[in-house]
Amino acid sequence: MSAKKLNLKDKYRLLTRDLDWEYSYVDRKKAFPYEEFEGIKITDWSKWEDPFRLTMDAYWKYQAEKEKKLYAIFDAFAQNNGHLNVTDARYVNAIKIFLTGVSPLEYQAYQGYAHVGRQFGGAGARVACQMQSIDELRHVQTQIHAMSHYNKYFDGFQDWTHMHDRVWYLSVPKSFFDDARSAGPFEFLIAISFSFEYVLTNLLFVPFMSGAAHNGDMATCTFGFSAQSDEARHMTLGLEIIKFLLEQHEDNVPIVQKWIDKWFWRGTRLLSIVAMMMDYMLPNKVMSWKEAWEVYFEEAGGALFKDLARYGIRMPKFVEVTEKEKEHVSHQAWWIFYNYGHAAGFHTWIPSDEELDWLSEKYPDTFDKYYRPRWELAKKMEAEGKRFYSQALPQLCTTCQIPMGFTEMDDPTQIAYRSSDYEGEKYHFCSDGCKHIFDEEPEKYVQSWLPVHQIYQGNCGGASVEEVLRDYYKLNLGADNLDIKGSPDEQRWKEWKGVA
Amino acid sequence: MTIEIKTSTLEPVRNTFANIERRFGDKPASRYQEATYDLQAETNFHYRPLWQPEFELNDKNRTKVVMEDWYALKDPRQFYYGAYVQQRAKMQEAAESSYGFFEKRNLADYLSDDVKNLLITYLIPLRHIENTANLNNMYGCAFGYGTAITQALLYNAMDRLGIAQYLSRIGLMLDGNTGQSLIESKQHWMENPAWQGMRALCEEMTTVEDWFEVVLAQNLVMDTLVFNLFYEQLDGKLAAMGGRDIAMLTEFMQAWNKDVNKWFDSVLKTVASESDENKALLHAWTEKWQSKVLDALKPVIQELLEPEAFNLAVAELEKRIKKAGITA
Repeated sequence: MSAKKLNLKDKYRLLTRDLDWEYSYVDRKKAFPYEEFEGIKITDWSKWEDPFRLTMDAYWKYQAEKEKKLYAIFDAFAQNNGHLNVTDARYVNAIKIFLTGVSPLEYQAYQGYAHVGRQFGGAGARVACQMQSIDELRHVQTQIHAMSHYNKYFDGFQDWTHMHDRVWYLSVPKSFFDDARSAGPFEFLIAISFSFEYVLTNLLFVPFMSGAAHNGDMATCTFGFSAQSDEARHMTLGLEIIKFLLEQHEDNVPIVQKWIDKWFWRGTRLLSIVAMMMDYMLPNKVMSWKEAWEVYFEEAGGALFKDLARYGIRMPKFVEVTEKEKEHVSHQAWWIFYNYGHAAGFHTWIPSDEELDWLSEKYPDTFDKYYRPRWELAKKMEAEGKRFYSQALPQLCTTCQIPMGFTEMDDPTQIAYRSSDYEGEKYHFCSDGCKHIFDEEPEKYVQSWLPVHQIYQGNCGGASVEEVLRDYYKLNLGADNLDIKGSPDEQRWKEWKGVA
Repeated sequence: MTIEIKTSTLEPVRNTFANIERRFGDKPASRYQEATYDLQAETNFHYRPLWQPEFELNDKNRTKVVMEDWYALKDPRQFYYGAYVQQRAKMQEAAESSYGFFEKRNLADYLSDDVKNLLITYLIPLRHIENTANLNNMYGCAFGYGTAITQALLYNAMDRLGIAQYLSRIGLMLDGNTGQSLIESKQHWMENPAWQGMRALCEEMTTVEDWFEVVLAQNLVMDTLVFNLFYEQLDGKLAAMGGRDIAMLTEFMQAWNKDVNKWFDSVLKTVASESDENKALLHAWTEKWQSKVLDALKPVIQELLEPEAFNLAVAELEKRIKKAGITA
C-alpha cells in the first residue's frame, strides 16, 4: 500500500466522524429531525473543527486517574472532619446555594448535551457534545459526593433535589436551564457552550471554587481543581460552535446575535446570586463582584467580542446596563434574601463591621451612599430584638423570576418596573433586558412556572406561607431558614469549636 | 494485633440526604445511591420543548413502558461516573497492553491475505454498527426517564464509541496507519450487497421513536446476535484460518459484552416483572426486532459462517429472553 501515514487530525476523524455515513435507506432528516427549525443553515458539517481530540480509551484512563485522586481526598476529608476547617459556619451557606442551585444545572447540562449529542447530524459535533454530557454527569455526581459530608453536619443540604423543583428563588436557575434545554439544539449550544461556559464560567463556577479555596473548604475546592481540565474542553467547544455557525452561512449571524443578546442578559441575572455570594457570604473574600465583573467580563469578554466583530457580531444588547449594575446588584440581591430569610433554605445575616468597611472600600461610589444605611438600620433593629422579615410575597419578574427588587440603575432608590401586554394579560419585568427577552418570545415565557403565582393559585399545598415552606418545600423550619444567629448550625459550630 | 488510631468522632445530624432516607431509611448511603436517586427534575417545568411541544422536558410518556418508579431500574454494577471510568480504565489497560503487544511484534505481518480480507470485509464494518449503537443509547439517555437508567445508557453509548474506535484501530494496524483498510471496509458497508440489509436496518433504528423500544432492539436483540456471531463464532473461524491473534484485539468486546449484559438483563427483568402490559410490550418488540435483525444478518452470515451459526446465535438470544422473563 502506498498511501501515506495519517496525521493526528486525520486519524481522529477516522476514529469519530468517519464512523458515520450518508444514509440511503431512510430519510436522514427523520433520524436528525431538529436541525432546521431554528433557521440555522448548515451547509457543510465536514467544516466542523474538532475542538479537542480525545479518544475513549484515553478518556477512561485520564478521568479514572482524576477520580482516584479526587475520591481519596473526599475520603480523607470525611475521616478528618474536614468541615471543621472552614472559616466559620456562615461560609457553608454559600455551598448550600451551590448544591441546591448549581448542581442541578450540571444535571440539566448532562441532559441537554445528551440530547444534542444525539440530535446533531454532524458526527464531529455530536461526539464533542457526548463527551461534555458525560463530564457534566461527572460534575453533578462529584459535587453531591463533595457535599455529602457537609449534609451530615449542617442543615439546608438535605433535600436539594426536591427543593430545586419547587423553592421560589431556585426557579431562577431552574428556569434558566429549562429555557436552554427547551430551545433548539443550536440555541442550546450558544446559550450554554458559548454564553455560559465560554463567556461567563469564570463568573459562576470559578467564584464558588475560589471561595472554597479561600475559606478552607478542601472538598469543594478539590472538586473545582479536578473539574478544570473538563471545563477547558467545554470552553473550546463553546468557541468552536460560534465560529462554526458564523462561518457556515451569513444568514446565521443575526440569529446568533439574537441568542447572544438573550443569553447574556439571562446569564447576568442568574449571576446576581453569585454576586451576593462573593460580596456577602464568604467570610474570607476573594475579590468583590465588581472586580470580578471587570476582570472576567469587561476585559476578557471585551477582547472576545472584538475578535468576533469580523463576523459581524457586536457586544450583547444591554451591556451598558451591566456596567452600572456591577455597583449595585450584589447589595440589592443580599438585601432581598435578608428580607425573605424566613423563606430561604439557607441562613442570612448582617455583614460584620469589618465587612461593611470592606464593602465601602470596594464600592466607594455606591455602598456608603445607598446600602450602608440599610444595614446600619437593620443592625439597630436587630440590637433592639426586632430582626424583621418581609411577610408579603414579592412580585416576580416573568423572565428571570427574581423578585422585583432591582432598581433603576440611574436611580438606586427607585425599583424598576417594566411590563408587556400579551393576549389580554399583563406581564411584569425587572429590567429592559428581561422585557426584551419576553417580547421576542412571549409564547414561551407566558408558560413560566412562577413560584409566587403558583402559591397564590393554591398549587403549592397549604393556605399559609408557613405551610408551603414546611410541607411543599420540605424545609425544616427553624433549622434551614432564618438568620444564622441562633440557628442550630451556629450552635453546633460553637460546640465543635468550644466557644460560648 | 491491630493498631487503633484515636480519631475524634462527631455525631452527625443525619446520615444521608432526605430523598435517600425516604427511600432506604435513615442510615449511611452508598455513593451510587446518593449520585443516582431522584437527581432528575420531576415537576414544575417552565417551558415546553420547542422541538417536542407534546411533551414536558422530562416526560415518562416518551415510551409505552410504564413504571411506577423508574428508579427501580438500578444498575447491579452500581456504576456512577467515578466507578464507571475506573472500571473501564482497567479494561482499557488490558486492551492497551494487547494492542501494544500486537504492534510491537508486528503480528499483523503474520496474517494471511485471506484473514486480512475477512477482517476488512466482515469485522471492521462493525464500527458502523457500533456508531448506530452509540446513537441509540444516546437516544435512550436523552429521552429516558430517571438517572438510574439514563446514566447507564450514557455509559453504554460512550462504550460503543470506544469499541468503534478499537475496531478502527484494528484496521489501522492492518494498513500500517494509512487508513486504507478503513476506507475499504467502509466501502463494503456502503456498497457490498451482503451488508446492505444491516445498513438499512441501522438507518431504520435511528428513526424509532419509542426510546425503550430502540434500546431493547439494540442492547438485547442486535447485540446478542452480533456479538455472538462476530466475536464468539468468528473467533473460532479466525483461529482455524491462522488468525488466532485477532482474539487479543477483540477480548475487550467480549469482556465488555458480559459486563453490560449483566446490567441490561436486570433492567429487562425489572421492567417485565412490573406488569403484564410491560411484559407483552417487551415480548412484541423482541419478536419484531428479532425477525428484522435476523433477516438483515442473513446475507453476511451466509458468506461468513457455517449454516448452523444462526441457530447458535438465536439460542443465545432465547436464553437471554427467557432469563429476563419476556414471555408471551
